[in-house]
Amino acid sequence: MESTVLKVEDFSAYFGDNQILKNINLDTGSNLVTALMGPSGCGKTTLIRCVNRMHELIPGTKVAGKMYLKDDDIYAMEPIVLRRKIGMVFQKPNPFPMMSIYDNVIAGYKLNGIRLKKDEFDSIVERSLKGSALWGEVKDSLHRKGTFLSGGQQQRLCIARALAMNPEILLLDEPTSALDPKSTSAIEELIVELKKTVTMLLVTHNIAQAARVSDFTAFIYLGELIEFGPTEKMFTVPKDKRTEEYLTGKFG
Amino acid sequence: MLEEKMIALRRELIEYATHVEGMIDKSISGIVRKESSTLEEVIEKDEPKANEAEIAIEELCTTMIAQYEPKAKDLRTILMVMKMNNDLERAGDHAVNIAECGLYIIERPELKPLLDIPRMAKEAVGMLKDSIEAFIKEDALLAAMVCERDNIVDNLGQQILRELITFMGADPATIERSMRLLNIARNLERIGDLSTNISEDVIFMVEGRVIKHHREQEEG
Amino acid sequence: MKDNTIARMIKDKAFRVVVIFLACFSMLPLLLILYYITRNGIAVINWEFLTQLPRPIGEAGGGIFNAVIGTGMLIVLSSILSIPFGITAGIYLSEKSEGKIANIVRLCVVVLQGTPSIVIGIVVYIWVVAPFHSFSALSGGVALSIMMLPVIIKSTEETLKLMPYHLKEASLALGVPYYKTILKVILPTGLSGILTGILLSVARITGETAPLLFTAFGNQFMNWNLFKPIDSLPYRIFYYAMSPYPEWHTFAWGASFILVVLVLAFNLIARGVAVKWKVQF
Repeated sequence: MESTVLKVEDFSAYFGDNQILKNINLDTGSNLVTALMGPSGCGKTTLIRCVNRMHELIPGTKVAGKMYLKDDDIYAMEPIVLRRKIGMVFQKPNPFPMMSIYDNVIAGYKLNGIRLKKDEFDSIVERSLKGSALWGEVKDSLHRKGTFLSGGQQQRLCIARALAMNPEILLLDEPTSALDPKSTSAIEELIVELKKTVTMLLVTHNIAQAARVSDFTAFIYLGELIEFGPTEKMFTVPKDKRTEEYLTGKFG
Repeated sequence: MLEEKMIALRRELIEYATHVEGMIDKSISGIVRKESSTLEEVIEKDEPKANEAEIAIEELCTTMIAQYEPKAKDLRTILMVMKMNNDLERAGDHAVNIAECGLYIIERPELKPLLDIPRMAKEAVGMLKDSIEAFIKEDALLAAMVCERDNIVDNLGQQILRELITFMGADPATIERSMRLLNIARNLERIGDLSTNISEDVIFMVEGRVIKHHREQEEG
Repeated sequence: MKDNTIARMIKDKAFRVVVIFLACFSMLPLLLILYYITRNGIAVINWEFLTQLPRPIGEAGGGIFNAVIGTGMLIVLSSILSIPFGITAGIYLSEKSEGKIANIVRLCVVVLQGTPSIVIGIVVYIWVVAPFHSFSALSGGVALSIMMLPVIIKSTEETLKLMPYHLKEASLALGVPYYKTILKVILPTGLSGILTGILLSVARITGETAPLLFTAFGNQFMNWNLFKPIDSLPYRIFYYAMSPYPEWHTFAWGASFILVVLVLAFNLIARGVAVKWKVQF
């Protein structure tokens, strides 16, 4: 029986007077990948940033409606507490340049002042790097700074950093947009593999990626949720005409 | 991602093919051994299962194309699997036809010991089995050889026709049974043709060559 | 047509030659300064010169030990006073690109940078020297720190502004509070730029004389007490150079040489830090 990890209820977001998101309703099931797709400017990035309240960093934003992480009201929690439960991977890989690979992975602990014993940290680092399929490539250079890694490797390091915190959900904001095709497919395979341990919400402007990787897809257009359903069905028999037009390239 | 799905797809097609081969075998052996229960099983149980399998494979192919945008050999494989799927369904229908004719025949006295029909069946089923084997092993050579053997099945069919015409000419009372036997032979012939189709599809899948409609002969 | 081309090529060559010549020519003053100071000063340098205190006139020998130590103390003092305020103000300005307070601070920085150093010296005299009724190292440190502030603030602000936003995002997404993100992620990453700014401002104040005239004043003797006058290289140079004694003039050259070496060293170290410690992202 799948449980719902993220529940979005009648959610709207505003930037000043502009309504960016209009009454979004969707659920993300446990150990599944849910993809948010849609043309540029449709609001999908805003939506994912509302989940860990990163959009609040921009002044002038307002929200209405509810979001629940498991049973907790996201907007009733302390943002800092919330963000420790949610992992985020960004479009441009952003490992901390001043830290070694080892320290990068446990950055969530170190920067938050969470102290653990060295072997506990060691096992977290190993588990996370194995989880992001990077262990083999870096296990002998854990104490070097991560800047020598390629783009794809850096992104996997960022994934490891997020995984280290045992997040309840992992948010991926166009994680492969800045990568070359080979790294992109490596990350996609990783996402499929990670399903076993992590629930994921993925924003992508690449329709084919949403098709390949996700179990459920949400099509968002001009801030509205047009259609939401199992990926298999959506890509073969979309219910809404606009979804069909988007998939066949008529717009976006 | 696509690789795993391809492996699953091939497995499902092979299972379906094995099921259909079984249906044909059972329908012939049911006639030879005069077992109406076997024939009924083919009609009542095996056919619905075959239909379900066909739908499942078709849906799987559709979603695979939609989700994974396969290219080159993967694309050819999926397209050919869809065609083979159809052909197998028709072969299953032929097996059901044979079983239905069989139910009529086994209740009545034999016209003659059944020799040619089982021989023709063995050849036709052999072609089907080999064409599927060619798919499993991706062996274009084996597939090509299957296409050659279609003549054998057709010739046997002709032979049975001539023999039955003689019977019918000699005694009008044998006409109904003869027609049924003829029907069985026609169905077996069609199974041979379908096996040829499947083999042509295998060759396209493996080599990208189209040998349908004797294209090579015309070009050669 | 052909003539035109040749004429243009000649003009092109000529332009290049002129530019190179003028560039080299502009280095001339620096090279001359270094040459003269080295020529006149290096003869005086020896261990005694660097480690001995000045002797009264008439006695041979002596050195500039107190001036060297004094300059060192002033650098330390002014750094301690200016760095915390400078970096914090720099952080504030880099975070707030608009806003009334931010704009006022920026204006003050610009004005401060343009304020004549002697005026700063006089003001500090009124603030610190008068109430304590004594020239002191402390007042010298205060004056110099005021001069260091604009450079530190500006370089910190510029360095932090260059920090890419995605670095902050990465930290915030991990649930790290904003202030900790600045202190533990942004500052360390920008360290090379900030350090460069500090070193450059130190290089600048090492040779400042005018403010010290009213504050630290100068001292023949060794002084470790912050509340008493303290000697410094620029002051010693001034004192010796203005004197009528030829022996002291040579000392002035020697001290100038030390001062130039020190300032050059700070500048080069600043450059080295900027290049070697620069963080790639």
